[in-house]
Amino acid sequence: MLSQKTKETLFGPLNVNNPVVVQVLGICSALAVTVQLKPALVMGIAVTIIVALSNVIISLLRNTIPMRIRIIVQLVVVAALVTLVSEVLKAFAYDVAMQLSVYIGLIITNCILMGRLEAFAMTNKVWDSLLDGLGNGFGYAIILIIVAFFRELLGSGSLLGFKVIPDSWYAAGYENCGMMMMPAMALILVGCIIWAHRSLNKEEK
Amino acid sequence: MEHAISLFVRSIFADNMIFAFFLGMCSYLAVSKTVKTSLGLGVAVTFVLLITLPVNYLLQVYVLDKLGLGYLSFILFIAVIAAIVQLVEMIVEKYSPSLYASLGIFLPLIAVNCAIMGGSLFMQQRILLDPENVKAIAGIGDAFAYALGSGIGWLMAIVCLAGIREKMEYNDVPKPLQGLGITFITVGLMAMAFMCFSGLNI
Repeated sequence: MLSQKTKETLFGPLNVNNPVVVQVLGICSALAVTVQLKPALVMGIAVTIIVALSNVIISLLRNTIPMRIRIIVQLVVVAALVTLVSEVLKAFAYDVAMQLSVYIGLIITNCILMGRLEAFAMTNKVWDSLLDGLGNGFGYAIILIIVAFFRELLGSGSLLGFKVIPDSWYAAGYENCGMMMMPAMALILVGCIIWAHRSLNKEEK
Repeated sequence: MEHAISLFVRSIFADNMIFAFFLGMCSYLAVSKTVKTSLGLGVAVTFVLLITLPVNYLLQVYVLDKLGLGYLSFILFIAVIAAIVQLVEMIVEKYSPSLYASLGIFLPLIAVNCAIMGGSLFMQQRILLDPENVKAIAGIGDAFAYALGSGIGWLMAIVCLAGIREKMEYNDVPKPLQGLGITFITVGLMAMAFMCFSGLNI
């Protein structure tokens, strides 16, 4: 069903061409929302939807947008989509929306969006742009989930809010690592993920 | 006045844009290779924050809140930021070509810098806080103080990182960790150092 090229567009960003660890885009929100797994999941889904839809819209409009004002057109399209997502979240998942606070609004200035719109949607057809948006959204979500998994497991001993570490461990002297909840550890964890990713993919370069 | 000063100091150290909220991380990591260029970007960010944040404050309080159009704030803020960046670029180009030569390349980048948009969004939240709270923004003076403090905090963070990265050129870093990886870990350690300011109050 999918040709070689479309497969590459969809799955490339998951690993080899990951937007966060290889292209270093969208770091701000990737670090801030990963204290717990649940907001990270919601954020990943929200960004995936917004990247895919804005890619489609810009790709449809690509021949009518004047080059000089393209950035403003892109920003308005993205801001409208983000407003929609933010209102939906406030209506159906209020507590998560409060946890994510300003970072939902900051999806507008997420570099992944502008990067994909500039580099891909402005020059490619609608279907390819949709796949590219989905692929990059998933690539972003995967990193968020990995970071949030470690931070929640080690920082508060739970996953998605459920306790995972048994009480007998605490009785035996195990303690949650409070450091993991701090912003500093998110940076160090991402640094380590980049390290692991680069040493695993060394042969390909 | 006292409140504004306290807000100013807190937003430099305790609520630092980079170390506490990760705002403007993309350009922070990309442009921090040398001290000179990072200083240019830092000044440009402070400058744009200082203009956009009070403007957005006035719009939020006197237009959006009055008319009950709060849900349009994202579109309005980003439009104001994009327009002001464009305007600042043209004015600087006309009246101070030397400043333009040093800031010029950074100005278009700033429209999509999370620190600028983030500043406005945090301001929007802080309006709702109780005026006694140290974080509250209760007037246009507070908005200026918050903008200036956040800008200076960002400037300081990027210049510090650039200084460390210039020194680190000569260190023997493991191959896969070179470049980005070690930069992240450095920023993490700097953030830990900045955590000791978190209880700061004036």
